[in-house]
Amino acid sequence: MKYDLFLRYGPALLRGFGVSLLCWIVGSLGGALLGFVIACLYRWSAWPVRWILQAYIEVIRGTPFMIQLFVLYYGGPYAGLVLSPIQSGIVSFVVYGSPYFAEIFRSGFEAIPKGQLEAARAIGIGEFAILRRIMLPQMMVLITAPLTNFVIILSKETAILSVVTVPELLYETQTMAAETFTFVEPFLALSLFYWLLVVVTAELGRRVETYAMRHLRRSASAT
Amino acid sequence: MDFSFDVILRNMPYLLAGARWTLVLSLTGISLSVVLGVFICAARISAKGLLRRAAAVYISAFRGIPLLVQLLLFYYLLPEIGLDLPALAAAILAIGMCSAAYVAEILRGALQSIPAGQTEAAEALGIPPVALWRRILVPQALRLGLPSLVNELILLVKVSSLASVVGIGELTRVAQNITGQTYRPLEIYLAAAAVYFVINFTLSQLGRMAERRLRLD
Repeated sequence: MKYDLFLRYGPALLRGFGVSLLCWIVGSLGGALLGFVIACLYRWSAWPVRWILQAYIEVIRGTPFMIQLFVLYYGGPYAGLVLSPIQSGIVSFVVYGSPYFAEIFRSGFEAIPKGQLEAARAIGIGEFAILRRIMLPQMMVLITAPLTNFVIILSKETAILSVVTVPELLYETQTMAAETFTFVEPFLALSLFYWLLVVVTAELGRRVETYAMRHLRRSASAT
Repeated sequence: MDFSFDVILRNMPYLLAGARWTLVLSLTGISLSVVLGVFICAARISAKGLLRRAAAVYISAFRGIPLLVQLLLFYYLLPEIGLDLPALAAAILAIGMCSAAYVAEILRGALQSIPAGQTEAAEALGIPPVALWRRILVPQALRLGLPSLVNELILLVKVSSLASVVGIGELTRVAQNITGQTYRPLEIYLAAAAVYFVINFTLSQLGRMAERRLRLD
């Protein structure tokens, strides 16, 4: 094991890790936002819109992420959409993640008992207030676990961005391996970075879950 | 630029030939992963602490490292320790072993939802453990886990696109090659996406049919 390699390539690997983090965080937030909009549209619109959204969900979930990335990055310029590698990485992340997020939010919406919504409408609470004050707080308890799960899955998909030369962690690792003719050291460093990422995300997810469940805990201790 | 269906039509036979390898990869991958997954799941719930911990390490390692990295590890690292696998074998092994971790967790979830009373009853009746697993637990677990397993198979079809990176001529690789010759990435990659979609849509419909047939009511 050549330890000085870590010193020499440490900055490059850290920079790659930063790019991975950037694509992952922006992609996840954007995907979750788009997914939430899709789930809301699906819930509150008529069947033609629903039909289109369903087709969108099926198509995006039925095609590999790498192909979507290629369509955007290589095919985009021919349709007048020129994006840098990082930009196309982030955009394809948002698009790829949105249907999965939408399905998670939809399952959350469906878990709220109908009676609560009818009662809320009957006493004149507005639709937006119903969403914000009644549905979201209860949904969050249920969907935090699947959300964390999917965000962890997304963190690993960032490795695929290396194929379109996004200078993220795997790309920098492969550069390091190619320049030094080593293999064990770069990939050991790579595994450590990803492991760190997953452990931190899982812990964050647990924290959010505890936060989302705070009203349940309080009512449980009161009785 | 004008969208040309002609390019798609002309290259469709090559894409379909690539799709055959995609199917080979994903079907052998899922077979390997189900067989391996059954053993890992058995280890994960066994009474022996050592086996249980080993299975837990396997699962968290294969679920925690990106598949693309695993694929590169299998393809480049195994030759370094004297195990020179052909690209196809390395890809199937990587995909199968990664998916086995997920299958093991799916099966564990399914097994744990079978009432413990059944196992106790079987033991009380003196049914040997092999028969208990073969006749009672595994069939029920497979039925309960079928929707998730079909889901996993569809995921496998999609991740088989990563095998293009180690040079296997499956659908994505073929699409890359054709793009290199025709300079028509938009058409070719959209066509490849359509082929993937058709495969996955068929699989999900077959899965739904199987579920209906297996339902007990």
